[in-house]
Amino acid sequence: MTTVEADHAVRTAGLDKRYRRTWALRDCTLTLPAGRVAALVGPNGAGKTTLLRLLVGLLAPTRGSVEVFGQSPATNTATALSRIGYVAQDHPLYRRFNVADLLRFGHACNLRFDRGLAERRLAALGIPLHRKAGTLSSGQQAQVALALALAKRPDLLVLDEPLASLDPLARREFLQVLMGAVAADGVTVVFSSHVIGELERVCDYLVVLNHGRIALSGDIESLLADHRLLVGPRTANNLDHTPSVIEATHADRHTTLLVRDGGIPPAPGWQPQAVGLEELVLGYLRLPAPDGTGLAAEDSEDAA
Amino acid sequence: MFVFRLDSNSGVPPYLQLVQQVRQALLLGFLQPGDRLPLIREVVESLAINPNTVAKAYRQLEHEALVAGRPGQGTFVTETPTATVSPAIYTSLRRGLKTWLHRAYTAGLDEESINGLFSTVHHEAKVEGVA
Repeated sequence: MTTVEADHAVRTAGLDKRYRRTWALRDCTLTLPAGRVAALVGPNGAGKTTLLRLLVGLLAPTRGSVEVFGQSPATNTATALSRIGYVAQDHPLYRRFNVADLLRFGHACNLRFDRGLAERRLAALGIPLHRKAGTLSSGQQAQVALALALAKRPDLLVLDEPLASLDPLARREFLQVLMGAVAADGVTVVFSSHVIGELERVCDYLVVLNHGRIALSGDIESLLADHRLLVGPRTANNLDHTPSVIEATHADRHTTLLVRDGGIPPAPGWQPQAVGLEELVLGYLRLPAPDGTGLAAEDSEDAA
Repeated sequence: MFVFRLDSNSGVPPYLQLVQQVRQALLLGFLQPGDRLPLIREVVESLAINPNTVAKAYRQLEHEALVAGRPGQGTFVTETPTATVSPAIYTSLRRGLKTWLHRAYTAGLDEESINGLFSTVHHEAKVEGVA
């Protein structure tokens, strides 16, 4: 990575999205530096797909703003969209098209589309161009969808659960191609995933979404450096309400605290430990919703 | 060509794993002055790993003067390697450790308490200026 682009690939401010009476996203403010590989994690229904669809202009915000490289994707200008590649959940393809037709279709529908690049990528993976998409294995379909998205030579690539339906080998091959594209073209990547364990080698930026809100976001290494596990004798009182304590787990005789910024001064008998990515994410996912309520719009003063 | 490995479950940050593998290979003579490390892109595509991670590992190795980048050519092991341990000494240390481990397991320690004991003693030794 020789080029350091100071610019942000993605910037959202006060982003809200409501479907009828349900808030899918509340007050999401997020910046993603260019050149990063960002993981978007959160439980089902947290709003991951909604956020991704807002980024690629398939949804318009109810309130707030989304900018991708300084432009709003929702205005759908061809130039704004030509910089964004998107692979939806389960990497849908026209099943009755053969791979060559899909590439021709992509070429016809996009301002920039490097068909030769896609053909070379698929040939290297041994995926025959004459096969109908529906007859390919799900790993191969994922590769075709990825090749189509990368052929746009996007500056931002958005992938919704790209690994979910893949076996471990196909998953590894998918990530090899994806990371190769990042190394070659410096494309910024955002993808949602459930598989936290595999993220650490691939991602350098983390966004945790829970209850429609951003629970945590930032450079993974800094986040891990900013958090500690403290293990010590059981303490009863209101640690749970100390702002720097993310999570307190009490056993009969000892307490484990997940803390941010070393906010708790080290006390005798307390052992600090580094926290792993998975533990960190789970700690934030277990936090209750900020106002103790769900996302139902009737709980909000803004309900229409 | 040097080949990197990555263990997702080791708890060691990926970039540090790469750094450690180069240090160890230098120690054992598997990497020698003038050898070229794989290009960042080659490491990325073989391990399915974030390019920034590899770049960070290479920067760290350059900072330690173990390797040097040559523009347009790649990253090479430097001509002046730091003091290497002779294979004989390495083998002897390894054998001593094996004996010690055997004693520890026989005494009923498990992997965790052995690791704990090692870190504690290592820490003490550093404090006392032995290591």
